[in-house]
Amino acid sequence: MSEGTEAKSEAKYGRFHRRFFEGRAGVFAVATTIAISIGGIVEILPMYTVESLAWERADWITPYTPLEVAGRDIYVREGCYLCHSQMVRPMRAEMLRYGPWTRAAEYQYDRPFLLGSRRLGPDLQRVGGKYPDAWHYEHMRDPRSTSPGSVMPPYSWLIDAKYDTDDVTASVAALARVGTPYAATDAASVASDLRRQGDQIIGSLATAGITAEWDDEIVAMIAYLQRLGVEGRAHLEAEGGQR
Amino acid sequence: MERVATGTGAGVSETTVYDDQIVKMFFTATTVWALVGMLVGVIIALQLAWWPANLGLPWTTFGRLRPLHTNAVIFAFAGNVCFTGIYHSTQRLLKTRMYSDRLSRVHFWGWQSIIVAAAITLPLGMTQSKEYAELIWPIDVAITLVWVAFGVNFFGTLARRKVKHLYVAIWFYMSFVITIAVLHIVNSLVIPATLFRSYPIYAGLTDALVQWWYGHNAVGFFLTTPFLGLMYYYLPRAAQRPVYSYRLSIVHFWGLVFLYIWAGPHHLLYSALPDWAQTVGMVFSIMLLAPSWGGMLNGLLTLRGAWDRVRTDPILKFMVVAVSFYGMSTFEGPMMSIRAVNSLAHYTNWVIGHVHSGALGWVGMISFGMMYWMIQDIWKRKLAHPSWATHHFWLATIGIVLYTVAMWAAGLMEGLQWRALNDAGRLAHPIFLDITTRLEPFLWLRLLGGTLYLIGAIMMAVNFWQTIRGPERPADAAAVPAAA
Repeated sequence: MSEGTEAKSEAKYGRFHRRFFEGRAGVFAVATTIAISIGGIVEILPMYTVESLAWERADWITPYTPLEVAGRDIYVREGCYLCHSQMVRPMRAEMLRYGPWTRAAEYQYDRPFLLGSRRLGPDLQRVGGKYPDAWHYEHMRDPRSTSPGSVMPPYSWLIDAKYDTDDVTASVAALARVGTPYAATDAASVASDLRRQGDQIIGSLATAGITAEWDDEIVAMIAYLQRLGVEGRAHLEAEGGQR
Repeated sequence: MERVATGTGAGVSETTVYDDQIVKMFFTATTVWALVGMLVGVIIALQLAWWPANLGLPWTTFGRLRPLHTNAVIFAFAGNVCFTGIYHSTQRLLKTRMYSDRLSRVHFWGWQSIIVAAAITLPLGMTQSKEYAELIWPIDVAITLVWVAFGVNFFGTLARRKVKHLYVAIWFYMSFVITIAVLHIVNSLVIPATLFRSYPIYAGLTDALVQWWYGHNAVGFFLTTPFLGLMYYYLPRAAQRPVYSYRLSIVHFWGLVFLYIWAGPHHLLYSALPDWAQTVGMVFSIMLLAPSWGGMLNGLLTLRGAWDRVRTDPILKFMVVAVSFYGMSTFEGPMMSIRAVNSLAHYTNWVIGHVHSGALGWVGMISFGMMYWMIQDIWKRKLAHPSWATHHFWLATIGIVLYTVAMWAAGLMEGLQWRALNDAGRLAHPIFLDITTRLEPFLWLRLLGGTLYLIGAIMMAVNFWQTIRGPERPADAAAVPAAA
């Protein structure tokens, strides 16, 4: 800043550094770009080259069904990931509380990833199958009816609102474009798949005396939550119960 | 292009008229967005302590307002602060007007439009879910375009500067412009499904790695390097002392920009990310302590011989506390990156406390200090209520202390209770909800701390309003002391 400082530093540290870097904006900008690029290249590139993505691929995980995609989109829309993580860490207490620690392959179809950064509520990576469908319905309608003292806001609008079938088709098609292996992404196939899985869930809700329709948002949400971690748990337990 | 320095006086040389109008515009926007961002913060803090404050409406739930809070304070408040300081100091350091007044306006109105778009889309639930990169893809495209306008304007100004040597602050601004462009573009690569929804080209843990490479360096290059640049310009001016060490500034600049980029994986410790990547992230996070403290020491030692003025000058008070919090949170961060510490801290309120000691303590306080100094310079007016600045300082400082202490206590408590086992080797607190409900008193204390901080900011805004509306100060008093 001051002439005095400049003169002093020049006398002390020589002119080269000042002339080569601090006197030339272009050189300085290029040097900065190189300095900030190395770390990211070294860390991110091997995920594609050295590890060939094999480290997070496995055939014991299947892609999200269209209904689960619809549910996941609602999960993202409502910001559920801001209070619920999806990562069981390899520690004794975590595995006692939630189940086997989460393997990389279990995230392979997660776009975007939803590991979360905060646990105001419990981890949900293995919540699938933990509660009946009707529990989730009641919990969304009024969290305190199933979990006294909970600080979660009610999500009763999921019960009234319906997801848009065309919207889900667009999502499935986009996910297929980035590499998710879907057999069919046309509107008719997606709609019939939504209906098929939705009917299963409203059937299970009906046994608890709850009336819902196959294209209610709550049905999609339940479909998504009920699949979380299920395939991974089954595989890992069959593999020899390694927790 | 003439590259000869023209005169050494502060302010305006014979041939150069600085564009201070754009500085005033960014200054005003900063003041407004600061209040909005902090108010939303107080609201969501209330929601965590008392759930009915979610109001039973989709648009006002915590899950939708929390990204609004983070985006408002980072990109609206902190972003506009950076631009205020950069447009003001760059012209003076390079003794030239900004390259293009038109690009300056494109930058200003483009950025404010992006903020308004964010404030509309986020409560509607339109989000990409990546923290600090939530905005939907059309807004991401707009951010890229506005950033290019800013970059062209900034480097164009550098190209026609009238001082050959680039001062330290300029280096930090350059790293800000370049790195944010790289981070934003790489992390925003998506395939659109609809106008409002898209899916990233990365999946699973690779997506997580890219996001936290971005997320951590948003902290590094949006909330740290530009603010270090501001510190290097405004702290010496307010203290009327030259920067302590030129050599230290070289070493810590290159150390910081090189090391910061590597630290992202510390957000993914104990995930299934390859161990080597986690370890690299941890080791570089710890090394980051050295250049961070280099900056802190250079800031604090710049005050040598001016410490007596800290007692009376609220501007220096803000700056000293800011640099101290910078040192504290850049110590805490590396510690939290150590695997063993992270196993306790991760996913707890401790992380929220850490973030806010950096955001409220470092970013907020250095910004307030700069703004109290700058308003008197560019509007040529004395503060309407000088004593309010001191009150603001104490409210903010006490607020931060309450906030961080509450979050430390809450974070340690929940972290320890999540992992506690009884003598039989079973969970000592098997019901997760029991642990969450015990957090309540700390959440109220945090709300109190945040509210004090907001009250201070409101006092600042009123003070600024009355200062700008007040009479211009006499010419003799307007003589700002030249840079030391």
